[in-house]
Parts: sequence; C-alpha cells; structure tokens
Amino acid sequence: MKNRIKAFFAKEGTKSVLSSLLCIAAGIFVGWLVLLALALFSDKIPVSHAFKGLGIILAGPFASGGSKNIAFVLGDMLFEAAPLMLTGLSVAIAFKTGLFNIGAPGQYLMGAMSSVIVALAIPTTPATAFWVWLLALLVGMISGMLWGMIPGFFKAFLGVNEVIVCIMTNWIAANVVSWVFYNNKQFINAAGGKSAYTLPTTANGVSTPKLGLDKLFPGSNIDIGIFIAIAIAILIFILLNKTTLGYELKACGHNKNAAKYAGMNEKRNIVLSMALAGGLAALGASLYFLNGGAELAWNTYGKLPDTGFNGIPVALLASNNPLGVIFGSGFLRYIDKGGYNLAGFTAYNEYVSDLIIAVIIYFAGFSKLIKDLLSRRKAAKAEKADVAIKADDATQAGKEEDGK
Amino acid sequence: MTFLIQQTLVYTIPLMIVALAGVFAERSGIINIALDGIMIFGSFVGALAVYIMQTAGMFGDNTQIVFLIAMLVAALAGALFSLLLSFSAINLKADQTIGGTALNMLAPAVTLLIVKIVSMQDRLSMPKALGFIISNPDMNDVFKPFFDKMFISTYIVIALFVVLSILLYKTKYGLRLRACGEHPQAADSVGINVARMRYLGTTISGALAGLGGYIYIATTASGTAEGTVAGMGFLALAIMIFGNWKPVGIAFGSLLFGLLKCIGATYASLDINGDGIFALKELGLPIYFYNLVPYVVVLLVLAFTSKKSRAPKAEGIPYDKGQR
Repeated sequence: MKNRIKAFFAKEGTKSVLSSLLCIAAGIFVGWLVLLALALFSDKIPVSHAFKGLGIILAGPFASGGSKNIAFVLGDMLFEAAPLMLTGLSVAIAFKTGLFNIGAPGQYLMGAMSSVIVALAIPTTPATAFWVWLLALLVGMISGMLWGMIPGFFKAFLGVNEVIVCIMTNWIAANVVSWVFYNNKQFINAAGGKSAYTLPTTANGVSTPKLGLDKLFPGSNIDIGIFIAIAIAILIFILLNKTTLGYELKACGHNKNAAKYAGMNEKRNIVLSMALAGGLAALGASLYFLNGGAELAWNTYGKLPDTGFNGIPVALLASNNPLGVIFGSGFLRYIDKGGYNLAGFTAYNEYVSDLIIAVIIYFAGFSKLIKDLLSRRKAAKAEKADVAIKADDATQAGKEEDGK
Repeated sequence: MTFLIQQTLVYTIPLMIVALAGVFAERSGIINIALDGIMIFGSFVGALAVYIMQTAGMFGDNTQIVFLIAMLVAALAGALFSLLLSFSAINLKADQTIGGTALNMLAPAVTLLIVKIVSMQDRLSMPKALGFIISNPDMNDVFKPFFDKMFISTYIVIALFVVLSILLYKTKYGLRLRACGEHPQAADSVGINVARMRYLGTTISGALAGLGGYIYIATTASGTAEGTVAGMGFLALAIMIFGNWKPVGIAFGSLLFGLLKCIGATYASLDINGDGIFALKELGLPIYFYNLVPYVVVLLVLAFTSKKSRAPKAEGIPYDKGQR
C-alpha cells in the first residue's frame, strides 16, 4: 500500500496536478493580499470586506445568494465553460506541437460569424432545424480550421514566427467579421437598442438542444454544449496519446529536426496542428452563439473576444493535458462567477478574479521548477532510504561475519 | 499634408519606442511578449499621476511639466513592472512566454481593479483637459508640420531612439548586451555577468514600453486609462520582427505602420492636396478596409522577407552555465 502511494506521487501526471494546485493556492493567496492591501489603503472599503471577499471568491457560484440564483449562475457557468474548454484545447494542442496559438480569438470570431450566418440564412421548419444547427456547427468549425491554417502555412513553409502571424490574423478576422455584417444588415437585430448585436439564432428556430437541462438550472442558458465539449476533450486526449497522428504531432513539438529525421513530414504536421487548433477554437464560438440566448456583438473591429485569449491560461493550468483542460476551464469560470458575486456583495469589483488568474499563470511559469523540486525531494529521500538500507545490509553482513 | 504628417507621427512615436523596447529585451536574450501589458500598466500609472496632479491643482498652467512628470512616472512604473518578468525568466528560469502572458493579463486586471475603485467606472478620465499640445500657428509651411500642434513627447522619443540605438550598437555596453542574446556562454567566458545584462535589457525595455504606453493614451485618447492600448504592444512586437531587430528597420516599419494606421483613423476627413475633395471617402470603402490594410501589409512583407529574418540566437532560452 505504501509503495502504491509512493508510485502514485512519483507519476508525472500527479506532479503536474500537484503543481497546478499549488499555483492555484498561491494565486488565491496573492489575490487575497491585494484585497487586504486595497482595504487598508482605501477608506471606501472596510477591512472586514477583505475576509468576506475571500470567502465569496472561494464559493464561486455558490455565493450567489438563494437557491434560485445559485441554480441559475451554476447553469450559466457550465454553459460558458464549454467555449472556454474548446479554446483551451485549441491552445493546448498547438502547444503540444511546439506552437503558441495566440490566434484563438481570431479563429473564434471566424467560427462565430460562419455559424451565425448559416444558422440565420437557411430557412428552417421544425423538422429541419436540427440539421441546420449541425451544418452551422460544422461550417463554423471548418472556417476556423481554414483560418488557423494561415499561421500554420506561414510557419511551416515561410519560417515566419507563428505568434506574429496569429496576432495579425486576429485583427484581420475582427475587421473581416465586422465588414461582413456591415454589408449584410439582414443578420443584425433590428429591435430597439439591439443594433449592436446579430439576431439570435432562435429567430430562425435554430438552437442547441437543451435536453431538459434548462429545467435543472432554471433561468440559465445551459444546453448540451458542455457535454459536447467534454466529449471532444476526451477525443483529443485519445488522438494525442493513442494514435500515430498524435504521436507525430507531439514528436514535432519535442524536436522538429528529430521528427523530420525519423521520416515524419514536419511541415504537414505544423499545418495540421494549427488547423485542428483553429477548428477547436471556432467550434467553441459556434457552440456559444448557436445556443440562441447569446448574441454576437458584430462591430468588433476594435476588440478581440476574451474567451479566445483565456484559452491560454486554461491550457497552461492544465499543463496542456486535454483532460486537465476540462477542469481548468471549469475552474476559470468558477472564479469568474466568484468575481461577479464579489462585485455584487462587497466594495470590490469583478476584476479581482482576472487578477487571481493572472497570478496563477505567473506561478504556472515556475511549474517545471516546482516539479523539479518535488522530484528532487523525493530523490533525496529515496537516496537516504537507499543509504540506510545499504548500511543495514552492511551491519547485517558484519553480524553474519561475526557469527562465523 | 500637414495634418497627415502630424497624425502619422502620433501613431508612429509610441510604436517606435515600444518596438525599440522589444529590441532591448530580445537582444539581451529575453522574449518580451509582455510589451502590451507593460504599456497598459505604464499608461495607467501615468494617467493616475496626472489625475492626482490635476486634482491637487499642481503646476496649474504648466501642462508640459505635468506631461514630463507623467512620462517619467510611466517609465518608472514600466521598469518596475518588468522586474516581474526578469525575476521569473532570469532567476527562476521560467518559460518566458508564459511569464509574459501572465503580465499581459495582470496589467489590465490591476488597472481596472483600481480604476473602478477610484472612479466607480471602467475608465479613469482626467478632471481637466490635458493641453499637452504645443502650438506654433505662425510657423511657415516648411516647419509647420513638425513644430505646430505637436507633443513634446515626439521630440523626446526621437532623441531617446537615436541615443539608445547608438548605445546598443556603438558602445561596449551595447556589444555586451547583444552578446548575451547571441551566445551567453561565450559572453560569460569573457567575464560578462549575463544575469545582470539581461536584467538591464529587460528593465530598459520595461521603462520604454511604459513610456510608450502613456504617450499613446495621452496623444490619442485624451489620457483616459481604460486598461487597454488597443493591441499596440503586439503591433510593436510585430514591427520589431518586421524591422529585423534593428533600429533603422524599426524606424521605417513604425513610420509605415503609423501612416497606415493614421489613414485608417482619418480617411473620412483626409484631403491630401487641399482641393476640398476627400478622395478616400469617395471610394466608399468602410472603415474596416483601412483597418485591415496595415495587418495584411505586415503579413505580406513578412512572407517575402522571412528568409532574411534573423532573431537573436539565444532569445527565450534561460542561461545555464553548464551548457555549451
């Protein structure tokens, strides 16, 4: 039993989880110190709010007050976790191939645009609505794949740093999306005060199936998107760990030249990895906007969606493990909801949760160091134990000799 | 024409100094993807300084002194903020991209957290108009574009740019700093303290980015701090690569980008030859087209010049004495 526990703690995965948990604890602690410092410096905030605030953040959606509110906020948390999970997967799969996909916001926007247009442009009857929904989802994903391939091509065939191309394609996407909707006013909501948004897809009878989840979390936007996202995370896990393609992608990430030497087509793998990443980010947007309750702010040329960027902390928190991404995205949304409750119940505001996440990511940068420290302590202990056993053996041998 | 030159400079100046900030960090071997975050932090602290000075009624009439102090404070804030990156990258040998990403997230969070407590909304607007513009309406047409309706920051940044470029390329300190970005082991073997040089590079980088951040919001957004600089830090990063990590290339790149950005912002009221016809407006293209152009141009230029692109060899790799 003791050995089994030891083996459990020696596993790479356990160490990753432990170091992520340590980062989270440290991040929350620093966040709390900031709350305390603000309370001490500002006469608008009583010091007691710093303690109350910590409790509210830790309770996340459960501090929403009243079971009705909790059900509603919890449902929305799950609904909003789905797109974040997919952008997290997008960043993670690119990281596995040694690429930094900071282009998720652009891919997300392309997916949102394509899905919304398909869902609104094809007339539906109640019988065909589901198929239009499915088509919109697929078209959204494919447009994101194509958009993601641009940085892939630049990296693989022209040797241009993917970070720069991703940043450029982000802003190009933001302008393209605004331009397309500007020229196609039929997709924009004409209702008073709503002209900044596209029509909800329910205007055409298209929406993601809810399967009664809305009864379980009354008032929230929850749909089966969260299950689709989890299923895709598991699929990506299998792809990366159990298939040849996944092995090749990871090999390219570890050492591009070695992968090439081993006969892999590293250029194809880079493009493919970015295409997958783009498709995942776009699928996140499709799931979010096909819900019917979410509206797309179409005139987005000056702003990139946060959900795209927040894929980066999710992936880092999960050490790029697709299964870890499920929990990483859930945690981010949990803290988010805590932040909004904090704004509601104390003199602080919702940006505290952003601060905590930023600090967690800062510490996540040290995760290799933390893991090394964990292993080194283990190694030192093992060495000590080894020496003790040897010493034991020696005395034993000595005794035996004495016996002779 | 005068208007076009002045507006182009408004966008060029912050891009130029922040791209140079990127060069200082990367030449010393540290990838500074946090330029955008440092800009945001610098712009916030600079705006806060102006806010405090204006509310206290300090330097009432002399707005140029207020501007100078704000720039100084912003640079200082940027330098201090960048120490977070240096510490994680140099002392703890952490992944520099992750550290930079964390700073990029931390800056808007801290800014908005404090701004919302101070002003009860998501932006910190100045109590009074800034009045940072220097006007010399009596100038003749040759000098007018460069001395009328200008900001003092323009001259300071150009001077700084020249001085720092000379420092980086013509002095032994510059050579040592660049050596740490190319081959730190070799630099160490001749007695250069790699860690100290990298700290120096990143701190200069932070100061310049913080300064650029405040100049950007002071000249384009009447000094309002909103926890964003509209991605200018990332643009500067692109210009740095575009300019091949060299000052001349960067100056050229930021001028080109500044011009394209300026056309994007002012195309509707742009009358280049003064004949009363707004040529670009009559083309009937929406604002999105003009916003797109700079990014597409950068992509195309990168596609054609990438073979010649040369990043510092050791950037992003933590210095390890034991490695060869």
